[in-house]
Amino acid sequence: MFDIAKVRADFPILSRTVRGGPLVYLDSGATSQKPFQVLDAERHFYENSNAAVHRGAHALAEEATDAYEGARETIATFVCAETDEIVFTKNATEAINLVAYAFSNATDKARQGIEVDQRFVIGPGDSIVVSEMEHHANLIPWQELCSKTGASLRWFGITDEGRLNIESGVIDSTTKIVSIVHQSNLLGTINPVREIMEMAHAVGALGLVDLCQSVPHMPVDVVDLGADFAAWSGHKMLGPTGIGILWGKSDLLNSMPPFLTGGSMIEMVNIDHSTFAPAPKRFEAGVPMVAQAVGLARACEYLTDLGMENIFTHEQELTAYTLAELAKLQGVRVIGPTDMVERGSAVSFVVDGIHPHDVGHLMDSKGVAVRVGHHCCWPTCRRLDVPATTRFSTYLYNDKADIDQAILGIMAAQDFFGSAPRVSA
Amino acid sequence: MSEDLYQEIILDHYKNPRGKELNVTSRGQSHQVNPTCGDEVTVDVGLNADGTLQVAYTGQGCSISQASASVMSELINGKTPDQAAPIQAAFMELMRSKGQSEPDEELLEDGVAFIGVSKFPARIKCALISWMALADSQIKAQLTTEMR
Repeated sequence: MFDIAKVRADFPILSRTVRGGPLVYLDSGATSQKPFQVLDAERHFYENSNAAVHRGAHALAEEATDAYEGARETIATFVCAETDEIVFTKNATEAINLVAYAFSNATDKARQGIEVDQRFVIGPGDSIVVSEMEHHANLIPWQELCSKTGASLRWFGITDEGRLNIESGVIDSTTKIVSIVHQSNLLGTINPVREIMEMAHAVGALGLVDLCQSVPHMPVDVVDLGADFAAWSGHKMLGPTGIGILWGKSDLLNSMPPFLTGGSMIEMVNIDHSTFAPAPKRFEAGVPMVAQAVGLARACEYLTDLGMENIFTHEQELTAYTLAELAKLQGVRVIGPTDMVERGSAVSFVVDGIHPHDVGHLMDSKGVAVRVGHHCCWPTCRRLDVPATTRFSTYLYNDKADIDQAILGIMAAQDFFGSAPRVSA
Repeated sequence: MSEDLYQEIILDHYKNPRGKELNVTSRGQSHQVNPTCGDEVTVDVGLNADGTLQVAYTGQGCSISQASASVMSELINGKTPDQAAPIQAAFMELMRSKGQSEPDEELLEDGVAFIGVSKFPARIKCALISWMALADSQIKAQLTTEMR
């Protein structure tokens, strides 16, 4: 295991005070805090090697290109991928849109009689499969693809406990792509994505996994997951904002039409037509986010040094503790799995008689930062019949003292609103 | 600090809402949501025989959004559009004040309790959602007054 005090000392923000007390940061599911090693790596790049990559005949341009491509290699290694299968995007949302737009662009081109890879041509009679626990980022791009092409959207339902109901038979021979979250950001549920990817492949469909809440928290081998595509963000895994990753199988990436077009992504340009570079450059139009790539690579090294297995174990212990402490409170109900079977560290709950916004506000007054609302999972909230939830999401720098302070915050909210039920006999 | 936000008046309106689910003959309806948190308020506006407004609302959300809807309906019900307009303008002004204004208690009555909310940028939308729905439903019902 690792020394939590030493880890916390690496995160400058954790030593600041909020509302007159120490900060308790339980919102890492939204974005993680950054260790000084990541901040220093970005600063070092800007101070020493800053230049636009893949152009320029000078030393700085060479160094910047090496830093950028070196970062790609480090990030690929972190998830056991091939380097040229890692595409840098603005964030995970853009990564998922990139794949959805590959379908709509290929379909548009096919309508013009242009030869495209048929795996990306979609229309009426075809289906796209998601689940009822998707983040809006893995739902709305597919809704839009359906509305543009006439394909129909289907979804795996969820149980009252917040588990995926994969018996629902929504994948069939009409399915072109299955896009599923690995770990729910709202419920904490870890889904059997390998099994779902096998179901997709059995009918000739492609598979995408949303790894936003799993790559930061557990060892992930993208190839082993059996998917064709995976998307995740840098800022939830100690890296900077402004960078996300699309991983895709090389033969697929190279058969996809480009998404954003312009400089850097071309092979040959004529005044009336162009050809495109092979992946990943084909999807990286314009001057990319070099410093962010450098910072994210440093984050991967930081996580690797601590050990992803260790981080996972630490968070599992902390989540078990959180669930046990919440279970002791009257009038508090966890939304999502209440046991540790296939569950990660995001823990959502509702407090009887107190709206999550008010719970969050009273926790904030004790310096505890939590997320409230629908967590970009509005259909999931509807399905589970809650307007919103309060969510704790922990990371490697959190400890039991943070949870204890947060529990005191909930009790303070109950006390303030006078809704703490009397202890029943 | 929490006491600053959640004044007694606000908690009272939250726990004992006024004007909720009133029966009105609606001439204009507006459904507003706060997409970041899922709070929802629906406001209906109608007209009494004497030319005063009838206001009814339904909704669900945090204490601030629901208390504000209750205060709004209490303040606006029975007022003519001309009487309502300065109250609406004063509440908007109060919410923009970052806690710096001295609200007119004669005009805003229980609404003055929201001065604390104006200091919390994340909660201002909560307080305004019902007032936005009111203004929108008045436009739909053509029951507005141009403020001069």
